[in-house]
Amino acid sequence: MDKIRVLVAKPGLDGHDRGAKVIAQGLRDAGMEVVYLGLRLTPEQICDAAVQEDVDVVGLSCLSGAHMTLFPRVVELLRSKGAGHILVVGGGIIPEKDIPVLQEAGLSRVFGPGTRLADITAYIEKQMKENGRGKEG
Amino acid sequence: MADKSSERKTEFKTTVDGLPVKRVYTAADAAVRDEDLGLPGEYPFTRHIMPTGYRGRLWTMRQYAGFGTVEETNERFKYLYKQGQTGFSVAFQLPTQEGYDSDHPLAAGEVGRCGVIVDSLEDMERLWEGIPLADVSTSMTINATAPIILAMYIVAAEKQGADRNKLEGTVQNDILKEYIARNTYIFGPEPSMRLVTDICSFCANELPKWNSISISGYHMREAGATAAQEAAFTLANGIAYVEAMIAKGMEVDSFASRFSFFFAAYTNLLEEVAKYRALRRLWARIMKERFGSTNTRSQSLRYHVQTDGFTLTAQQPLNNIVRVTIQSLAAVLGGCQSLHTNSYDEALALPTEEAVQVALRTQQIIAEESGVADTVDPLGGSFFVESLTNALETKILEYIEEVDRLGGALKAIEKGYIQREIASSSYSFQKAVDSGDQVIVGVNKYQVAEAEPRKILEIGREIEQKQAERLEKLRKGRDKEKVGRALEGVRETSQSDQNLMPALIEAAKAYATVGEISDVLRSVFGEYREPNIL
Repeated sequence: MDKIRVLVAKPGLDGHDRGAKVIAQGLRDAGMEVVYLGLRLTPEQICDAAVQEDVDVVGLSCLSGAHMTLFPRVVELLRSKGAGHILVVGGGIIPEKDIPVLQEAGLSRVFGPGTRLADITAYIEKQMKENGRGKEG
Repeated sequence: MADKSSERKTEFKTTVDGLPVKRVYTAADAAVRDEDLGLPGEYPFTRHIMPTGYRGRLWTMRQYAGFGTVEETNERFKYLYKQGQTGFSVAFQLPTQEGYDSDHPLAAGEVGRCGVIVDSLEDMERLWEGIPLADVSTSMTINATAPIILAMYIVAAEKQGADRNKLEGTVQNDILKEYIARNTYIFGPEPSMRLVTDICSFCANELPKWNSISISGYHMREAGATAAQEAAFTLANGIAYVEAMIAKGMEVDSFASRFSFFFAAYTNLLEEVAKYRALRRLWARIMKERFGSTNTRSQSLRYHVQTDGFTLTAQQPLNNIVRVTIQSLAAVLGGCQSLHTNSYDEALALPTEEAVQVALRTQQIIAEESGVADTVDPLGGSFFVESLTNALETKILEYIEEVDRLGGALKAIEKGYIQREIASSSYSFQKAVDSGDQVIVGVNKYQVAEAEPRKILEIGREIEQKQAERLEKLRKGRDKEKVGRALEGVRETSQSDQNLMPALIEAAKAYATVGEISDVLRSVFGEYREPNIL
């Protein structure tokens, strides 16, 4: 099967891109096809790119505290464009009590500080397999 | 004699990408010539920039703060002041840093989160209500919009009755590292460098006690740079700013004494101490030998330190108090001029008041109980520290030579060299953490089931609406013609080679907003998009 395609992006005005870049690199080294879209993006730009690039996963990173506005908006836009099947995961400085709210809004998983790259890779691979999608093996 | 096999590791290093560390150091490793070391207060200032070190005056305890509305931040400032803080440091919200008003669509979700909301002079005036700007020193972390915010600060201070030439403080005003790490740029490098130098020459003439720039390695370190990379790329940026000022026709000693620096403190105590010592020596030589400075003030590397945010863990957050203590010791043993200590809960959210108090107390305990501030450069002469200082100096010089070879910092950034070096370090660090080679206590070793979430600081989402209403009222209430004329003045000046600061001060006085002024500048200078370097 084809490689898992992942879009990594930073919505909003936050410039802390260390985490997003490390994860983009890590997923690439784990054999996934990664589109690193960069920072200071609107949810609309992220959604358009996700659809255009036909990705399986969107990874969002935000450390500024704007996640409650921006993350659900990306999910909402993807659904409105018929791309609700795309798995959306997020990370950053996300207070614990926000996580269930984000999951309720359609985020599949939120990864906090200290998460190992291998755990993120494994999670994505497992989800893809369950959705009948993903690389061989 | 014990052989290698009796040691815990086959190879010891300061950090995963850092320098090798030998079993023991002797005088033979630490050969220092008198001209490399000297005495505190003497060129090349390796040991300290002041002969008395902290025996004269302690470092400034300056906690970076800012969140929510100006009223909330004003209250936090007054609290810190009462707790014995000796200088202010303002965190601005991202929309203010990136030139958008709080009611702009791109500001959605960001209002008041990473810092305080400042849309106009009105907010700036309220921020300092009850705090006499003539008597305090204020550091402002602001870069792309630094000229606008500095203009607002000057007007607010003057409206309080303060004399412009007595104002003390710092604007970060370091745009180059924004393209490398912090990413709050607006315009491209060329117009941005013009704004940076406009501030520096304006301050040289009108704000003699103001630090016109704070050349920052901190954010590069946060983004993953090693100690040597942090030091090298900061000095390389410093060289670029000095060159830009000279190209503007300024004489080096007329402005360079107001240049200041900003570095991180990691937990590897002795490497950090060596870093600060190497930095002082290198900057002194760069100023004297490269730029022909004859003023020892221009040759003295004055710097602020912040303990490193990246090292804070969300797991077992109380452990962060210990990390911050070690990091602050590094800053103080290294000879910093001012220090911010992070709060233990900052991997979770902005800090609570209780956590901020512990952070400030950490500095006070070091200052008043530990005794380390009672003699200058207490680690000077240590075989290991002197050897590490020399080794770091060599490594830093190699990077600076590479940047020179690429045509200077600006070119090295445009080519993505600095960004790639840092990204590669941060990735290898993460891999070392994942493999367990780099231990982070509580994260990849000694984990426990986490207790119930601690109380964290929350920013209400209703402030967005509240600030939008405040802006609407401001726009209705001000003299529209005056605003229009002032903005036209900004446009005309930005198209000329005149210094922009006077026009920005007029715009601030007219209550033009950060977004309106930035829009005028965007229309003249255009906007920057980062190149994809991954």
